Amino acid sequence: MKLNEVLQIIEGKVISTVADLEAEVTSGGGADLMSDVLVFAQEGMLLMTGLTNPQVVRTAEMAGTAAIVFVRGKIPPPETIALATQKGIPLLASQFTMFETCGRLYQAGLPALDLFELTIQQWHDAFEGRG
Amino acid sequence: MNLPSDRKEITKLQELTYELRVEDAMTRTVFTVGPDASMADFREVLRANRISGTPVMENGAMIGIVTIENLIKSLAAGELQVTVRERMHPKPITLFADEPLVHAVARFSEHRYGRFPVINRQGQLVGIVTQGDIVRSMLKHLEVSYRAEEIHRYRASHIFEDIIADEMALVLGYRVRPRDFSRAGEASSGLKRTLSRLGIPPAIIRRVAVATYEAEINIVVYSTDGGEIVAEVRRDRIKIEAMDRGPGIPDIAQAMQPGWSTAPDWVREMGFGAGMGLPNIQTCADVMKLDSTVGVGTHLTIIINLSKEDRAQPSR
Repeated sequence: MKLNEVLQIIEGKVISTVADLEAEVTSGGGADLMSDVLVFAQEGMLLMTGLTNPQVVRTAEMAGTAAIVFVRGKIPPPETIALATQKGIPLLASQFTMFETCGRLYQAGLPALDLFELTIQQWHDAFEGRG
Repeated sequence: MNLPSDRKEITKLQELTYELRVEDAMTRTVFTVGPDASMADFREVLRANRISGTPVMENGAMIGIVTIENLIKSLAAGELQVTVRERMHPKPITLFADEPLVHAVARFSEHRYGRFPVINRQGQLVGIVTQGDIVRSMLKHLEVSYRAEEIHRYRASHIFEDIIADEMALVLGYRVRPRDFSRAGEASSGLKRTLSRLGIPPAIIRRVAVATYEAEINIVVYSTDGGEIVAEVRRDRIKIEAMDRGPGIPDIAQAMQPGWSTAPDWVREMGFGAGMGLPNIQTCADVMKLDSTVGVGTHLTIIINLSKEDRAQPSR
Protein backbone atom coordinates (compact mmCIF):
# COMPACT_ATOMS: atom_id res chain seq x y z
CA MET A 1 0.00 0.00 0.00
CA LYS A 2 1.35 3.42 -0.93
CA LEU A 3 1.63 6.21 1.64
CA ASN A 4 -0.75 8.21 -0.53
CA GLU A 5 -3.45 5.63 0.03
CA VAL A 6 -2.63 5.40 3.73
CA LEU A 7 -3.17 9.15 4.02
CA GLN A 8 -6.57 8.92 2.37
CA ILE A 9 -7.73 5.98 4.45
CA ILE A 10 -6.78 7.54 7.78
CA GLU A 11 -7.73 11.06 6.56
CA GLY A 12 -4.28 12.02 7.76
CA LYS A 13 -1.72 14.74 7.28
CA VAL A 14 1.97 14.68 6.42
CA ILE A 15 4.04 16.24 9.20
CA SER A 16 7.63 15.54 8.22
CA THR A 17 9.32 18.08 6.02
CA VAL A 18 10.26 15.37 3.54
CA ALA A 19 7.96 12.52 2.57
CA ASP A 20 7.88 10.38 -0.53
CA LEU A 21 4.19 9.56 -0.75
CA GLU A 22 4.79 7.01 -3.51
CA ALA A 23 6.74 4.85 -1.06
CA GLU A 24 5.24 1.43 -0.27
CA VAL A 25 4.45 0.00 3.14
CA THR A 26 4.10 -3.77 3.23
CA SER A 27 2.51 -4.31 6.64
CA GLY A 28 1.31 -2.40 9.67
CA GLY A 29 1.59 -2.56 13.44
CA GLY A 30 0.69 -0.39 16.41
CA ALA A 31 2.50 0.08 19.72
CA ASP A 32 3.41 2.75 22.23
CA LEU A 33 6.11 0.52 23.61
CA MET A 34 9.29 0.88 21.60
CA SER A 35 10.68 -2.21 23.32
CA ASP A 36 7.90 -4.17 21.63
CA VAL A 37 8.43 -2.48 18.29
CA LEU A 38 12.05 -3.62 18.32
CA VAL A 39 10.84 -7.17 18.83
CA PHE A 40 8.03 -7.41 16.29
CA ALA A 41 8.97 -4.84 13.63
CA GLN A 42 9.45 -5.93 10.04
CA GLU A 43 11.32 -4.24 7.24
CA GLY A 44 8.96 -1.95 5.30
CA MET A 45 6.24 -1.81 7.96
CA LEU A 46 4.06 1.17 8.88
CA LEU A 47 4.28 1.97 12.59
CA MET A 48 1.27 3.45 14.40
CA THR A 49 2.17 5.01 17.74
CA GLY A 50 1.03 7.55 20.31
CA LEU A 51 4.58 8.19 21.47
CA THR A 52 6.25 11.25 19.95
CA ASN A 53 9.83 11.44 21.28
CA PRO A 54 12.86 11.17 18.95
CA GLN A 55 13.54 7.60 20.06
CA VAL A 56 10.49 6.57 18.02
CA VAL A 57 12.44 7.62 14.93
CA ARG A 58 15.62 5.90 16.14
CA THR A 59 13.65 2.73 16.75
CA ALA A 60 12.10 2.99 13.29
CA GLU A 61 15.54 3.49 11.76
CA MET A 62 17.00 0.41 13.45
CA ALA A 63 13.98 -1.76 12.76
CA GLY A 64 13.69 -0.72 9.09
CA THR A 65 10.24 0.85 9.52
CA ALA A 66 9.12 2.55 6.28
CA ALA A 67 6.99 5.30 7.86
CA ILE A 68 5.40 6.37 11.17
CA VAL A 69 1.80 7.45 11.88
CA PHE A 70 1.18 9.39 15.10
CA VAL A 71 -2.33 8.61 16.34
CA ARG A 72 -4.89 10.53 18.45
CA GLY A 73 -3.94 13.83 16.80
CA LYS A 74 -0.54 13.92 18.48
CA ILE A 75 2.09 16.09 16.84
CA PRO A 76 5.71 15.24 17.61
CA PRO A 77 8.17 17.90 18.86
CA PRO A 78 10.56 19.57 16.36
CA GLU A 79 13.51 17.37 17.39
CA THR A 80 11.57 14.26 16.36
CA ILE A 81 10.67 15.81 13.00
CA ALA A 82 14.28 16.93 12.48
CA LEU A 83 15.66 13.44 13.14
CA ALA A 84 13.08 11.90 10.80
CA THR A 85 14.04 14.35 8.07
CA GLN A 86 17.69 13.48 8.55
CA LYS A 87 16.95 9.76 8.38
CA GLY A 88 14.48 10.10 5.51
CA ILE A 89 11.59 8.49 7.41
CA PRO A 90 8.16 9.98 6.52
CA LEU A 91 5.93 11.05 9.45
CA LEU A 92 2.12 11.14 9.18
CA ALA A 93 -0.56 12.16 11.65
CA SER A 94 -4.02 10.71 12.27
CA GLN A 95 -6.68 12.31 14.44
CA PHE A 96 -8.24 8.91 15.12
CA THR A 97 -7.44 6.59 18.03
CA MET A 98 -4.87 3.85 17.68
CA PHE A 99 -7.68 1.29 17.33
CA GLU A 100 -9.50 3.17 14.59
CA THR A 101 -6.35 4.13 12.68
CA CYS A 102 -5.16 0.52 12.63
CA GLY A 103 -8.70 -0.75 11.96
CA ARG A 104 -9.18 1.44 8.91
CA LEU A 105 -5.89 0.32 7.41
CA TYR A 106 -6.46 -3.36 8.19
CA GLN A 107 -9.93 -3.17 6.66
CA ALA A 108 -8.44 -1.57 3.55
CA GLY A 109 -6.12 -4.52 3.17
CA LEU A 110 -2.87 -3.53 4.89
CA PRO A 111 -1.65 -6.84 6.36
CA ALA A 112 -0.69 -7.32 10.00
CA LEU A 113 2.84 -8.32 10.94
CA ASP A 114 3.82 -11.96 11.06
CA LEU A 115 4.01 -13.54 14.49
CA PHE A 116 7.50 -13.18 15.82
CA GLU A 117 9.61 -16.09 17.00
CA LEU A 118 9.76 -14.73 20.53
CA THR A 119 5.97 -14.33 20.68
CA ILE A 120 5.35 -17.84 19.42
CA GLN A 121 7.78 -19.20 21.98
CA GLN A 122 6.18 -17.33 24.88
CA TRP A 123 2.67 -18.35 23.84
CA HIS A 124 3.71 -21.93 23.56
CA ASP A 125 5.42 -21.90 26.96
CA ALA A 126 2.42 -20.26 28.62
CA PHE A 127 -0.46 -22.28 27.17
CA GLU A 128 0.62 -25.24 25.18
CA GLY A 129 3.83 -26.42 26.78
CA ARG A 130 2.21 -27.47 30.06
CA GLY A 131 0.78 -30.67 28.67
CA MET B 1 9.96 9.15 -14.53
CA ASN B 2 8.06 6.42 -12.70
CA LEU B 3 11.00 4.26 -11.84
CA PRO B 4 11.54 3.83 -8.11
CA SER B 5 15.12 5.05 -8.47
CA ASP B 6 13.82 8.35 -9.83
CA ARG B 7 11.53 8.74 -6.88
CA LYS B 8 14.45 8.33 -4.56
CA GLU B 9 16.31 11.10 -6.35
CA ILE B 10 13.30 13.40 -6.07
CA THR B 11 13.17 12.81 -2.35
CA LYS B 12 16.88 13.49 -2.16
CA LEU B 13 16.33 16.76 -4.01
CA GLN B 14 13.60 17.75 -1.57
CA GLU B 15 15.94 16.92 1.27
CA LEU B 16 18.62 19.09 -0.26
CA THR B 17 16.33 22.11 -0.34
CA TYR B 18 16.15 21.81 3.44
CA GLU B 19 19.86 21.21 3.93
CA LEU B 20 21.07 24.02 1.71
CA ARG B 21 20.67 27.69 2.55
CA VAL B 22 19.83 30.51 0.21
CA GLU B 23 23.44 31.72 0.48
CA ASP B 24 24.67 28.37 -0.91
CA ALA B 25 22.78 28.99 -4.14
CA MET B 26 22.80 32.78 -4.58
CA THR B 27 25.07 34.78 -6.87
CA ARG B 28 27.26 36.99 -4.72
CA THR B 29 28.23 39.48 -7.39
CA VAL B 30 25.20 41.72 -7.68
CA PHE B 31 24.90 44.35 -10.40
CA THR B 32 22.83 47.31 -9.26
CA VAL B 33 21.54 50.58 -10.69
CA GLY B 34 20.80 53.92 -9.05
CA PRO B 35 17.23 55.27 -9.00
CA ASP B 36 18.16 58.27 -11.12
CA ALA B 37 19.60 56.24 -13.98
CA SER B 38 17.44 56.22 -17.11
CA MET B 39 15.78 53.07 -18.43
CA ALA B 40 18.21 53.35 -21.37
CA ASP B 41 21.14 53.13 -18.90
CA PHE B 42 19.43 50.18 -17.26
CA ARG B 43 19.17 48.45 -20.65
CA GLU B 44 22.95 48.79 -21.00
CA VAL B 45 23.52 47.18 -17.58
CA LEU B 46 21.37 44.22 -18.56
CA ARG B 47 23.03 43.87 -21.95
CA ALA B 48 26.60 44.24 -20.75
CA ASN B 49 26.20 41.71 -17.91
CA ARG B 50 23.72 39.35 -19.58
CA ILE B 51 21.27 39.55 -16.71
CA SER B 52 17.53 40.23 -16.56
CA GLY B 53 17.03 42.41 -13.50
CA THR B 54 18.88 44.31 -10.76
CA PRO B 55 18.19 45.78 -7.34
CA VAL B 56 17.96 49.55 -7.20
CA MET B 57 20.33 51.06 -4.63
CA GLU B 58 20.27 54.52 -3.10
CA ASN B 59 22.81 55.58 -0.44
CA GLY B 60 23.72 51.97 0.28
CA ALA B 61 20.12 50.86 0.81
CA MET B 62 17.99 48.79 -1.54
CA ILE B 63 14.88 50.74 -2.45
CA GLY B 64 13.48 48.60 -5.25
CA ILE B 65 14.04 46.13 -8.03
CA VAL B 66 13.89 46.75 -11.76
CA THR B 67 13.58 43.98 -14.32
CA ILE B 68 13.50 43.26 -18.02
CA GLU B 69 9.69 43.37 -17.87
CA ASN B 70 9.82 47.01 -16.78
CA LEU B 71 12.23 47.66 -19.63
CA ILE B 72 9.97 46.03 -22.22
CA LYS B 73 7.03 48.15 -21.07
CA SER B 74 9.18 51.29 -21.28
CA LEU B 75 10.36 50.29 -24.74
CA ALA B 76 6.79 49.69 -25.90
CA ALA B 77 5.74 53.09 -24.57
CA GLY B 78 8.82 54.73 -26.09
CA GLU B 79 9.83 56.01 -22.66
CA LEU B 80 13.50 55.07 -22.41
CA GLN B 81 14.46 58.42 -20.85
CA VAL B 82 12.30 58.02 -17.74
CA THR B 83 14.21 57.22 -14.56
CA VAL B 84 14.47 53.79 -13.01
CA ARG B 85 12.79 55.23 -9.91
CA GLU B 86 9.57 55.72 -11.88
CA ARG B 87 9.50 52.20 -13.30
CA MET B 88 10.98 50.00 -10.55
CA HIS B 89 9.02 47.80 -8.14
CA PRO B 90 9.46 49.47 -4.75
CA LYS B 91 9.82 47.28 -1.64
CA PRO B 92 10.88 44.07 -3.34
CA ILE B 93 10.32 40.72 -1.65
CA THR B 94 13.64 39.56 -0.23
CA LEU B 95 15.07 36.36 1.17
CA PHE B 96 17.46 36.00 4.09
CA ALA B 97 20.84 34.45 3.26
CA ASP B 98 20.53 31.94 6.12
CA GLU B 99 17.02 30.74 5.24
CA PRO B 100 16.68 27.18 3.95
CA LEU B 101 16.59 27.01 0.19
CA VAL B 102 13.09 25.54 0.33
CA HIS B 103 11.80 29.01 1.28
CA ALA B 104 13.23 30.37 -1.96
CA VAL B 105 11.58 27.55 -3.91
CA ALA B 106 8.25 28.39 -2.24
CA ARG B 107 8.64 32.12 -3.01
CA PHE B 108 9.28 31.37 -6.67
CA SER B 109 6.14 29.28 -7.01
CA GLU B 110 4.11 31.81 -5.00
CA HIS B 111 5.10 34.95 -6.98
CA ARG B 112 6.17 34.54 -10.52
CA TYR B 113 9.24 36.73 -10.25
CA GLY B 114 12.49 35.81 -11.95
CA ARG B 115 14.78 36.68 -9.03
CA PHE B 116 14.85 37.68 -5.38
CA PRO B 117 17.42 39.93 -3.72
CA VAL B 118 19.08 38.24 -0.74
CA ILE B 119 19.83 40.18 2.44
CA ASN B 120 21.61 39.31 5.69
CA ARG B 121 19.97 39.70 9.08
CA GLN B 122 21.30 43.28 9.23
CA GLY B 123 19.30 44.07 6.11
CA GLN B 124 22.30 44.49 3.81
CA LEU B 125 22.12 43.22 0.25
CA VAL B 126 24.49 40.25 -0.04
CA GLY B 127 23.35 38.47 -3.20
CA ILE B 128 20.64 37.68 -5.67
CA VAL B 129 19.03 34.35 -6.46
CA THR B 130 17.28 33.09 -9.60
CA GLN B 131 15.62 29.73 -10.27
CA GLY B 132 18.63 28.88 -12.42
CA ASP B 133 20.93 29.47 -9.43
CA ILE B 134 18.84 27.06 -7.35
CA VAL B 135 18.92 24.32 -9.97
CA ARG B 136 22.68 24.72 -10.48
CA SER B 137 23.50 24.59 -6.78
CA MET B 138 21.25 21.58 -6.21
CA LEU B 139 22.79 19.67 -9.08
CA LYS B 140 26.25 20.50 -7.82
CA HIS B 141 25.50 19.34 -4.28
CA LEU B 142 23.66 16.28 -5.50
CA GLU B 143 26.67 15.27 -7.53
CA VAL B 144 29.04 15.94 -4.66
CA SER B 145 27.00 13.99 -2.11
CA TYR B 146 26.27 11.17 -4.53
CA ARG B 147 29.93 10.84 -5.42
CA ALA B 148 31.00 11.08 -1.79
CA GLU B 149 28.70 8.20 -0.78
CA GLU B 150 29.76 6.19 -3.86
CA ILE B 151 33.40 6.69 -2.99
CA HIS B 152 32.76 5.70 0.65
CA ARG B 153 30.91 2.62 -0.50
CA TYR B 154 33.46 1.70 -3.10
CA ARG B 155 36.44 2.16 -0.80
CA ALA B 156 34.82 0.46 2.15
CA SER B 157 33.43 -2.54 0.30
CA HIS B 158 36.86 -3.32 -1.12
CA ILE B 159 38.61 -3.28 2.19
CA PHE B 160 38.26 -7.05 2.57
CA GLU B 161 39.73 -7.65 -0.86
CA ASP B 162 42.49 -5.10 -0.69
CA ILE B 163 44.05 -6.27 2.52
CA ILE B 164 46.21 -9.35 2.17
CA ALA B 165 46.07 -11.49 5.25
CA ASP B 166 44.86 -14.90 6.29
CA GLU B 167 42.73 -13.33 8.94
CA MET B 168 41.53 -9.77 9.21
CA ALA B 169 39.07 -7.91 11.35
CA LEU B 170 37.80 -4.38 11.25
CA VAL B 171 37.24 -2.99 14.73
CA LEU B 172 34.80 -0.12 15.21
CA GLY B 173 34.42 1.59 18.58
CA TYR B 174 31.59 3.81 19.79
CA ARG B 175 31.23 5.60 23.11
CA VAL B 176 27.84 5.68 24.85
CA ARG B 177 26.93 8.36 27.38
CA PRO B 178 24.83 7.52 30.44
CA ARG B 179 21.25 8.82 30.86
CA ASP B 180 21.39 10.96 27.72
CA PHE B 181 18.35 9.68 25.89
CA SER B 182 18.54 12.38 23.23
CA ARG B 183 21.70 10.77 21.87
CA ALA B 184 20.79 7.15 22.49
CA GLY B 185 20.98 5.31 19.19
CA GLU B 186 23.83 7.31 17.66
CA ALA B 187 26.30 4.46 18.09
CA SER B 188 23.91 1.93 16.50
CA SER B 189 23.08 4.37 13.73
CA GLY B 190 26.78 4.88 12.97
CA LEU B 191 27.43 1.14 12.97
CA LYS B 192 24.43 0.50 10.74
CA ARG B 193 25.64 3.03 8.18
CA THR B 194 29.19 1.67 8.23
CA LEU B 195 28.04 -1.92 7.70
CA SER B 196 25.96 -0.75 4.75
CA ARG B 197 29.06 0.86 3.22
CA LEU B 198 30.96 -2.36 3.79
CA GLY B 199 28.42 -4.12 1.61
CA ILE B 200 26.93 -6.33 4.34
CA PRO B 201 23.46 -7.63 3.30
CA PRO B 202 20.47 -5.63 4.66
CA ALA B 203 18.92 -8.56 6.56
CA ILE B 204 22.14 -9.04 8.54
CA ILE B 205 22.51 -5.29 9.10
CA ARG B 206 19.00 -5.14 10.52
CA ARG B 207 19.74 -7.88 13.07
CA VAL B 208 22.97 -6.16 14.08
CA ALA B 209 21.24 -2.75 14.28
CA VAL B 210 18.35 -3.95 16.45
CA ALA B 211 20.60 -5.95 18.81
CA THR B 212 23.11 -3.09 19.12
CA TYR B 213 20.38 -0.52 19.69
CA GLU B 214 18.90 -2.63 22.51
CA ALA B 215 22.36 -2.93 24.05
CA GLU B 216 23.01 0.79 23.62
CA ILE B 217 19.69 1.70 25.31
CA ASN B 218 20.66 -0.56 28.22
CA ILE B 219 23.96 1.29 28.67
CA VAL B 220 22.20 4.67 28.48
CA VAL B 221 19.54 3.65 30.98
CA TYR B 222 21.40 1.54 33.52
CA SER B 223 25.12 2.27 33.46
CA THR B 224 26.71 4.53 36.04
CA ASP B 225 29.36 6.13 33.81
CA GLY B 226 28.29 5.10 30.33
CA GLY B 227 30.22 2.56 28.35
CA GLU B 228 31.32 1.55 24.93
CA ILE B 229 30.25 -0.56 22.02
CA VAL B 230 32.92 -2.31 19.98
CA ALA B 231 32.04 -4.09 16.76
CA GLU B 232 34.49 -6.45 15.17
CA VAL B 233 33.66 -7.17 11.54
CA ARG B 234 35.22 -10.22 9.92
CA ARG B 235 34.52 -11.98 6.65
CA ASP B 236 32.56 -14.68 8.41
CA ARG B 237 30.91 -12.92 11.33
CA ILE B 238 30.17 -9.68 13.17
CA LYS B 239 30.88 -9.55 16.88
CA ILE B 240 29.43 -6.75 18.97
CA GLU B 241 30.58 -6.13 22.51
CA ALA B 242 28.70 -3.74 24.76
CA MET B 243 30.59 -2.92 27.92
CA ASP B 244 29.82 -0.67 30.86
CA ARG B 245 31.23 0.05 34.27
CA GLY B 246 28.53 -0.69 36.80
CA PRO B 247 26.21 -1.25 38.48
CA GLY B 248 26.02 -4.83 37.13
CA ILE B 249 23.15 -7.30 37.00
CA PRO B 250 22.54 -9.31 40.21
CA ASP B 251 20.56 -12.15 38.60
CA ILE B 252 21.25 -12.74 34.91
CA ALA B 253 18.68 -15.54 34.51
CA GLN B 254 15.99 -13.22 35.82
CA ALA B 255 17.13 -10.36 33.57
CA MET B 256 16.85 -12.66 30.58
CA GLN B 257 13.18 -13.41 31.24
CA PRO B 258 10.89 -11.62 28.80
CA GLY B 259 9.03 -8.91 30.68
CA TRP B 260 11.45 -8.62 33.60
CA SER B 261 12.64 -5.06 34.00
CA THR B 262 13.97 -2.71 36.65
CA ALA B 263 13.61 0.35 34.42
CA PRO B 264 12.65 3.59 36.18
CA ASP B 265 9.57 5.54 35.12
CA TRP B 266 11.41 8.07 32.95
CA VAL B 267 12.62 5.21 30.77
CA ARG B 268 9.13 3.69 30.50
CA GLU B 269 7.76 7.08 29.50
CA MET B 270 10.17 6.99 26.56
CA GLY B 271 8.63 3.70 25.45
CA PHE B 272 11.38 1.43 26.72
CA GLY B 273 12.03 -0.68 29.76
CA ALA B 274 9.47 -3.37 29.00
CA GLY B 275 11.92 -6.14 29.77
CA MET B 276 12.20 -7.25 26.15
CA GLY B 277 15.69 -5.94 25.39
CA LEU B 278 17.86 -8.89 26.37
CA PRO B 279 15.45 -11.55 25.02
CA ASN B 280 15.25 -9.60 21.77
CA ILE B 281 19.04 -9.41 21.52
CA GLN B 282 19.14 -13.16 21.97
CA THR B 283 16.65 -13.63 19.14
CA CYS B 284 18.68 -11.43 16.79
CA ALA B 285 22.00 -13.04 17.69
CA ASP B 286 23.50 -16.36 16.70
CA VAL B 287 25.49 -16.35 19.93
CA MET B 288 24.88 -14.17 22.96
CA LYS B 289 26.94 -14.09 26.12
CA LEU B 290 26.21 -11.93 29.14
CA ASP B 291 28.73 -11.48 31.94
CA SER B 292 28.04 -9.18 34.81
CA THR B 293 29.47 -8.50 38.22
CA VAL B 294 27.58 -6.32 40.65
CA GLY B 295 29.58 -3.19 41.40
CA VAL B 296 31.97 -3.80 38.51
CA GLY B 297 30.08 -3.81 35.25
CA THR B 298 28.38 -5.70 32.48
CA HIS B 299 29.91 -7.19 29.35
CA LEU B 300 27.54 -8.33 26.63
CA THR B 301 28.83 -10.19 23.59
CA ILE B 302 26.70 -10.70 20.50
CA ILE B 303 27.80 -12.70 17.48
CA ILE B 304 25.96 -12.67 14.17
CA ASN B 305 27.33 -15.04 11.54
CA LEU B 306 27.56 -14.30 7.86
CA SER B 307 26.91 -17.30 5.67
CA LYS B 308 28.99 -17.77 2.50
CA GLU B 309 26.31 -16.03 0.41
CA ASP B 310 26.09 -13.18 2.92
CA ARG B 311 29.74 -12.23 2.81
CA ALA B 312 30.63 -8.75 1.71
CA GLN B 313 30.06 -8.31 -1.97
CA PRO B 314 32.04 -5.46 -3.47
CA SER B 315 29.64 -3.02 -5.09
CA ARG B 316 31.48 -3.21 -8.38
